[in-house]
Order: sequence, then structure tokens, then C-alpha cells
Amino acid sequence: MDPRTNPAFLRGLTQSRSVTRRDALRLAGLSAAGLALAGCGIQGKKAAAPSKDAAADYWTSKKKNGTLRFANWPLYIDKDGKKYPSLEMFTADTGIQVTYQEAIQDNPSFFGKAQPLLAAGNDIGYDLMVLTNGIHLGRAIQLGYLVPLDHSKLPNFAANAAQKVKNPIWDPNNTHTIPWTVGLTGIAYNPKYVDEVKSIEDLFNPKYKGKVGMMSDSQEIANFGLFALGVDPDKATEADWRKAGEKLKAQRDAGLVRKYYENDYVDALARGDLWITMAWSGDIFQQVAEGKDLKFVIPQEGGTIWTDNMCIPKTAQNPVDALTLMDYVYQPKIATMLVEAINYITPVPATKDLVLADAATKSGDEKTSLEQLANSPMIYPAEADMARLRSYKPLTPAEEKVLESIFQPITQG
Amino acid sequence: MKRLTPYLLILPGGMWLLIFLVVPMVFMASVSTQEGDIVNGFVQTFNVSVYGEALAQYRTQFLRSVGYGLVATVVSVAMAYPMAYWIAFRGGARKSTYLLLVLLPFFVSFVLRTISWKFLLADDGLLLSPLKSTGLLPDDFHILQTTTAVIGGLVYNYLPFMILPIYVALERVDPRVIEAAQDLYASKREAFAKIVLPLSLPGVFAGVLMTFVPMTADYVNAGILGGPANTMIGNIIQIEYLTNQDYPVASALSFTLMAAMLIGIFAYARALGTENVLEAAAR
Repeated sequence: MDPRTNPAFLRGLTQSRSVTRRDALRLAGLSAAGLALAGCGIQGKKAAAPSKDAAADYWTSKKKNGTLRFANWPLYIDKDGKKYPSLEMFTADTGIQVTYQEAIQDNPSFFGKAQPLLAAGNDIGYDLMVLTNGIHLGRAIQLGYLVPLDHSKLPNFAANAAQKVKNPIWDPNNTHTIPWTVGLTGIAYNPKYVDEVKSIEDLFNPKYKGKVGMMSDSQEIANFGLFALGVDPDKATEADWRKAGEKLKAQRDAGLVRKYYENDYVDALARGDLWITMAWSGDIFQQVAEGKDLKFVIPQEGGTIWTDNMCIPKTAQNPVDALTLMDYVYQPKIATMLVEAINYITPVPATKDLVLADAATKSGDEKTSLEQLANSPMIYPAEADMARLRSYKPLTPAEEKVLESIFQPITQG
Repeated sequence: MKRLTPYLLILPGGMWLLIFLVVPMVFMASVSTQEGDIVNGFVQTFNVSVYGEALAQYRTQFLRSVGYGLVATVVSVAMAYPMAYWIAFRGGARKSTYLLLVLLPFFVSFVLRTISWKFLLADDGLLLSPLKSTGLLPDDFHILQTTTAVIGGLVYNYLPFMILPIYVALERVDPRVIEAAQDLYASKREAFAKIVLPLSLPGVFAGVLMTFVPMTADYVNAGILGGPANTMIGNIIQIEYLTNQDYPVASALSFTLMAAMLIGIFAYARALGTENVLEAAAR
């Protein structure tokens, strides 16, 4: 509208705006509030490495409360109907009641939800949680969100844990975490459509256009890209990352990749959307146990090994109870119950003989499936396979930014 | 007391919006110009360049989202208008039953509805498996993880939001106006084009407003039904926020999206004649 004929405009020109003192005050108050809000940054508070006494200081005043709130991933414990036999034994032995919740679907969103609460020092609703080694567990440790563990209360861990799960690079001396399970990232395929797979190159085979699944996690695909180039991810430089990125981008641009998946790749594989995919060992073992014709291999170039770790958030209400459970599951008997249900690598090697002993008491299908479990390279990997496996490399925030800037544009085209 | 009544009426809703909308918005605006990372903390540096950088980095996803939103909106109008017309003028006594049927999908969770498509359209699923085994489709044909699937999902999930306002506008058209048009020798087609359609435009506008904006910002459909080339800006914002915890970039993208939507909607209102449409939509 022409301003000359706009009555509001003319009124504005001819009449005083009559701003009262009260209006001015109100305005000033609002903008002050706005500025106050706009001025404050978000504190990061990087925590110093815990001193030797930190654990002792924390634990001296803590008492057992008889309750425990445990956050874990789906399908990650033994289940009998609606009951959890191993947790019931725990309650019978220790008198601690456990509220078990399958609250964690993936690391980023669980950490994203808990992070503001932990930063503010508030209860997150859980005393024990399971996080995968990687970017988010690293952040939780760096930000001082995890309780340093009192290893004098973890005798079963000391006695029964496999040597290779102790003192991991992402948490020296198991200061804050001990493993719940260990898993492998390899390749799963449907033998109906795909010939025998040995190499990562099979994920780049144009024959399987539109039927290849890749993981959406940047470190997962970075590792596979690096393996494909023959580079050890532990020794990879930024230039190597970029080369791996180019290879993975070419794979995507050629239309080979159906989608970059999280947990949902299992369904896609089972439904036939995928013929060949990056996969986690336990998922495929469970599918095979249910009768699906699928295969899992650790590629000859290498694969990724990761650990899901039990840890106690610093705002836990029942830390002693949490610590008690962490040690309890390291008894070979309990660890056996768990591995028979979870089908991932157990941190307690003594379970292998117990699974076989269990098999001997059973018959028919149950016996065969337990024997398969004990002899499976996915659950008890051979030393030769272990040598080809690498972890997610711990990264500084700056390195992480570079990594994401290279690989996220590929998964989030 | 009487003088205060209008203020008291606006108080609950006003406070709600102030506390839960305005305050977080100011906060997010502030976060968008901060620099740093989650471990070392973010510091306010009034770094405005993040807007340009984020937009340059995610230009493709941005334009794609707007494109998907536009296509899905057009498809929705094309499907919703005849349906709303039929219910309004031919629905008879069962109008409310038909409306309930339109709303029925809302009784099932949004995410579940979208996931059910995965089962229906799976490569070896109910729909495609028979077509493949009879040789009508090649073995590697698929619908999931394509643009078609994402736009289809968007239309499917937001269609009722388009039908309802159009229905309300059409329902308000006085049949005697149409009769009058015909008395004045308008053909049926002319009566529709010159009388019914203009009278129902406010409904179409409201429908577009209620579907285009959420469809463009949607991330569920692209996440569940889309593939690597279907990522929308909503997915990017979610990842920047939750996975990367790059709060400034996520906030800057959100604000850019909001600004783009507002400009787009106002341009659209202007093109249709603001006074008429916005007022009518608010009636």
C-alpha cells in the first residue's frame, strides 16, 4: 500500500506516539530479560581426571538402599515371560529390588536426554546404565558425569573378566565402566541372493545396487571405509579419513546404498529389503537362531569390536546397589544365563564351558542351539579374528568435528 | 474487576506461550550465535556467520524439504478438495460419520502408522512380493527409501489436516447462493468456478498453512521411509542437536527454517489477497 494513503502511516506522522513512562519501563524490563537470556552461554565444565582418592571420597558416605533402577537396551537380558531370572536371583541373594527398563534405543538420544539433567546435577531416573564406547561415553567421562568405581567392591570382575576387556583405551583401568557385553561389526548377508562374502569390497559390488545396507554412525562407516583402503583405523590420519569418505561417497552416489541404518537394519534384512549389510554380530546370531537363513562374517580386511559398558551416573540415588549388580553379573553362573539369552560376546570367558555343560543336560533343539552358541566364532571369537578387529578410536571434540564433517554428509545426503 | 476481565482471560494462554514459547525462542536465538563444543562449553560471541555456513552446508536438504513440502501440499489439495466437497454437499445425514472416518487414523500413533508402511511396502512384503513372483516387477524394484515413499508418507499423515478446513469452508457455503447463480444463467461449472471455489479458498489457505509448514519440517517420514538421498532439514536439525550436540548449528537451522516458512506464507497470503484470506481463515 502506498504510504501516503495509509491512514496508520499518516496518523503516525501527525500524532505523537504517546509513549508513557510505564511503557518505557516495561520495554526496558523486557529487553533486559532478553539480554540476560541472550548473554548466558552454556557451560561445558570439562572435568579433571579423577584423583586417586576421588573414588574413596565418593563411596565413603554411600549406603545400600535395597532398590536399583537399571536402564538397558532392548533384548539385552534373559527373559522368562515377564520375569528376568538373573535379576530375580540377584534380588534373592542381595535383597535389592531391581526396576529394569529397556530405556536405551541408541546412544545419542539417550545421552541427549540425560545430558541436561546431569549437567544440572539432577537425577536422571536411573542408577545404572549401559553405554557403548564411543563419542557419547567419551563425553560422559570427560564431563565428569560418571561415578569413579570402587574396585575393592568388584572382586568377581577382577577374578572372572577376560584380560582383553580390562583397561580399555577409552577408560583406562576401568575407572568409570566395566563391560556388559562385547559385540562385533561385520557383514551379514542373505545367501539366497548373495554369493559367499569374504571382503568389504562386496559391499561395493554393483550387482547388489539398492540392496546394500550401511550404518549411519560416522565411526562405524569410517572404520569400514578405512579397512577397505587397507588403513588401520587406529593409525588413520585426517587424509585417510578423507580418502575413506570419497570411497563411501562413490558407493552412495552409485545408488548402491539402500539406506544408512541404526538398529532397524535387522528388520530390513529379515524382510528382504537388504541383501548384504554392515551388521552387529548378536543380532544376526539371534536371527539365525530363529531360523532365518542369514550369514555373518568378519571381513578379511578387518571389523570393528565395541563394548557396551555398565556405568553409574553421578546423580544416581542408589550407587551402592548399582555397584553390587555390576559385580554380581561377573559370576560365571550368572554370566552364562546372560550370554545364553543375549547372544553377544560375554566378558566372562569361563562361561563357554558352562554353556557346554548346560547343553549336555538338554536334548533336541535346545541342545544344538546351546552347542552352536558355545562354538560360534561370533560369541567366542578366535584369536586370529580378534587380531583383525579394531575399536572406535577415542576422539577429542575437535577431531570429532572433523570426522563428522567428512562422514555425516555421506549418511545424511 | 470488569476492566481486568479481558486480561484475565488472556492470562493462562498468554503465560503459557510466554514461558514455553517466547523464552525458549530467545534462548535458542542466543545459542545460535554462540561458539564452542559440549565438552568445553559454549560462549556467546555473537557469531552470526554460523547462519550462512549452516545454510551453505545443508542447502540441498533445505531446498529438498521445501520441494517435498510443496509437492505433498499440492497432492494433498488435489486429494482433499473433492473429498471435502463430496462430504459437504453429498454427505447428507452421515456427514459426521464420514468426518470421523477421516479422523480415524489419528487414533493410531503417528510413528506406528508410518512404520506400518514399511511392512506393507517391504521388498518381499504383502504388496510387492506377489507382483515380483509373477514377473510384473523386476527383483530389485523397491518403493521404500525412495522420494515417492517419503512424499506419499507425508501426504498420508497430513491429509486430514487439509480435508477438515476445506470441509468447514465448503459446509458454510449457502446452497441458496448456488441456486441464485444458476437462476442467473450460470452453468454448473461457472457456479463452481465463480461462487463455490472463491468461497472455499479460505479453507484451502488454512489447510495449506496447517500442512505445508509441518510437512516441510517433518523428519519422521524421511527417517523411516526415506533413503540416503531423501534426508530432510528436520533430520539434520535432529542430528545436529542430539548426535553432534552442535547446538549453535541446530538453532541457526531452526531459525532459518522458521524465517523461510514465515516469508513463504506471507508471500502466499499476499498473492491470494491478504485481507480476504487471512481474515476469512481467522473467522
